[in-house]
Amino acid sequence: MAYPERSFEALADPTRRRVLERLGAGPLPVGRIAEGLPVSRPAVSQHLKVLKDAGLVTDRAEGTRRVYQIDPEGLGAIRAWLDQFWAVALEAFQAEVEKDEETDA
Amino acid sequence: MNETSQRIQPAPVRKSVTVKAPPSRAFEVFTSGIGRWWPKSHHISAADLQTVIIEPRLGGRWYELAVDGAECEVGKVLVWDPPERVVLAWQLTGDWKYDPELVTEVEVRFIAEGEGFTRVELEHRDLERFGDRAEATRAQIDGPSGWGGLLQLFAGVAAQ
Repeated sequence: MAYPERSFEALADPTRRRVLERLGAGPLPVGRIAEGLPVSRPAVSQHLKVLKDAGLVTDRAEGTRRVYQIDPEGLGAIRAWLDQFWAVALEAFQAEVEKDEETDA
Repeated sequence: MNETSQRIQPAPVRKSVTVKAPPSRAFEVFTSGIGRWWPKSHHISAADLQTVIIEPRLGGRWYELAVDGAECEVGKVLVWDPPERVVLAWQLTGDWKYDPELVTEVEVRFIAEGEGFTRVELEHRDLERFGDRAEATRAQIDGPSGWGGLLQLFAGVAAQ
């Protein structure tokens, strides 16, 4: 599981947020993502690497191009963190409620 | 609104569990009894966690009580509608610190199901706000009172 702080750090950068917004409409190759952004294409690639390391986007090869898309699970690491947390918490909650029930019965 | 207002909306985290208890009991254990099931491995305070408390009313505090008596905020009660629904403000960041400016919502519904069973549906939403706050925190660090300001001060002194 990716560490959640990395998602927050990744999202703190305005350019990376622009990149994510652009991917919101669907998968795109690097060249298309870079169009209209005020940074160079290598810089966009660097931002994509940070987003990928943070678990926010995934990539795949399509012919000679690399196509990026938003992690279908949403904002990967943040969701993974909370998903895991609530799974553990609700299990403990269930055990507690049913323990009560037995005590009363 | 500026252009960044068009943002990615991450899907909420949704969980559900069916418990062998009526809604009123499930609600009571979830809220007033939260200290009896909240994972002890997660806590904000420096000292070990003694318990977690949700004050059972609209606007009530949701906080931790450490063994040394220290209290640390987690959030507050946004909707109090027993035994059907409670909405809590979760105000902890990813590194498990309270941030008064961060408000994400945890809605919990208690739905009667069959004889003596309750389906508990939990939704933790507004996850994009974690990203917003990360940016704000960084802006503070870069702002006049942060490292940037300190460097300017240093530059001023050095120039004298």
